Amino acid sequence: MTLNGTGARAGEAASRAAVLKRLRVSDTIFHGLTRAAAILVLLLLSGVIGSLVIGAAPALGTFGFSFFVTETWNPVTEKFGALAPIYGTLVTSIIAMVIAVPVGLMIAFFLTELCPGWLRRPIGIAIELLAGIPSIIYGIWGLFVFAPFLQKYVQPLLIDTFENVPLLSSLFEGPPYGIGMLTAGLILAIMVLPFVTSISRDVFDAVPPVLKEAAYGVGCTTWEVFRHVILPFTRVGVIGGFMLGLGRALGETMAVTFVIGNAHKISASILAPGTTISASIANEFTEAVGDLYTSSLVALGLILFFITFVVLSLARYMLLRLKQREG
Amino acid sequence: MAQPAVNPFYAGRRRRNAIAKGLALAATLFGLGWLVLVLGVLLYEGLGGLSLSVFTEMTPPPGAAGGLLNAIVGSLILTVLAVLIGTPIGVLAGTYLAEYGRHDKLSSVVRFINDILLSAPSIVVGLFIYEVMVAPMGHFSGWAGAVALAVIVIPVVVRTTEDMLTLLPDTLREAAASIGLPRAHMIVRIAYRAARAGIVTGILLAIARISGETAPLLFTALNNQFWSTNMNAPMPSLPVVIFQFALSPYEEWQKLAWTGALLITVTVLALSIIARSLTSARKSS
Repeated sequence: MTLNGTGARAGEAASRAAVLKRLRVSDTIFHGLTRAAAILVLLLLSGVIGSLVIGAAPALGTFGFSFFVTETWNPVTEKFGALAPIYGTLVTSIIAMVIAVPVGLMIAFFLTELCPGWLRRPIGIAIELLAGIPSIIYGIWGLFVFAPFLQKYVQPLLIDTFENVPLLSSLFEGPPYGIGMLTAGLILAIMVLPFVTSISRDVFDAVPPVLKEAAYGVGCTTWEVFRHVILPFTRVGVIGGFMLGLGRALGETMAVTFVIGNAHKISASILAPGTTISASIANEFTEAVGDLYTSSLVALGLILFFITFVVLSLARYMLLRLKQREG
Repeated sequence: MAQPAVNPFYAGRRRRNAIAKGLALAATLFGLGWLVLVLGVLLYEGLGGLSLSVFTEMTPPPGAAGGLLNAIVGSLILTVLAVLIGTPIGVLAGTYLAEYGRHDKLSSVVRFINDILLSAPSIVVGLFIYEVMVAPMGHFSGWAGAVALAVIVIPVVVRTTEDMLTLLPDTLREAAASIGLPRAHMIVRIAYRAARAGIVTGILLAIARISGETAPLLFTALNNQFWSTNMNAPMPSLPVVIFQFALSPYEEWQKLAWTGALLITVTVLALSIIARSLTSARKSS
């Protein structure tokens, strides 16, 4: 963008210089603006971490490491421990992943290998709509429809079936409340399913056709092609997809809050009410009186953020690795 | 299947194949079944309570009939403000990632952080805004709610803007540069126009995302039983009203919660379908 008005008259050259200068200034300003916006994104994350750390400091300072390993949650005596919410978060997420992963993989298998072409798009869109439904809708549906259904039909069956089986009997023990960890886990499974499905489908679609054709050429069945060619080839991406789903399950708030029962207690039975980190915060934050109570809830938020940060970073790293391999 | 005598080894493989195919079909029906179940119940319960008074009356006290007017208006205000705050920042940051700093260090860090923010638990965003706005101001406010939603809008818009700008052919940029157009002008006059449908899609998706968000509003905008357009006071919103009403023991409230849930879902689904058709129209043209 050098001045290039050699043959022009002096006045014209001057005005041209002015125009060019103006353009250059506006260019610099715009560049600066976009850069500032990009940096703001960084500041947002550091702001989140910083504010959580500052907010959590009183609680962590008071209870120290015992905050992480204590089950007590008593607002009256102001004794707080995060073990029960952490436990509930992990258990509900595990239930969700145990169901959503195989089902999601099979749906992706169906969509990429079996489904007739004209059906692929509608089913894909329907699954993605499932992902678009706000979590509060799952919550209200879970509370009024799903939990009563489980209470009436499924939970009594589980309790009776496993009554005399050691280990499992304590896992499925107690009165069928309807609400509880199992219900929350199942709802999370429904919510995570579209994530696992759509990412798996995308990475399956990225498998070079030559690989599949070669496998079919030597006489593999559709299932064998999927199991021994597609899955190993896309393993990293699929695991990345799981992690992304897990990240969502861990942090999901509203759907869980409706059906978990909000009990700060660790029970062996997954039918019992429990709580998760996000449900505790959602339920108690506005009612929390006293700095220590509020600070303990913020500390819970910090733990949740830390866990999801690690999980999501791993997910992104794995998906990135797959992309790089694709070139 | 044509062979008369089937080798047991082949038969086993074929059987396994058939079972796997059956399971895949079952899994798909299972997944779609939930969608039908959730939407079906929602339509049934929500339509039952849908009437004109929902849009003309305020949220009622316990045990009385009423509507959702103040919550709907509150949600609209919060959403519009969140989009107004979040979109410019998101578009500009996305522009930086795609145009100025495509390969520099800052961009790769921002890209990574943005992806984390995109899927970070929204309740954490609520805590963040509580700490930086509600606590210093000393009271819950509509502004805090709008900013909390804006924090959720930004990563969505950053991501789609970057993706859509990256899709543009570089020849477009080179052509603009060759006639002496400064970069800023190239971006604003040419790149934004070429990627407009995509960027609008991103904004629509962001609106869809925040119109159902409850967790970040719980302790920022809080709730308000009455009509309020005062941004410095607690502000009602549909999701929070649904949360409160659904968990209440009053039948009228629960009914309104279902109706509100239906309204939100219809909005969200409509937005995502419009967004989808925008991008697919662009792809096919």
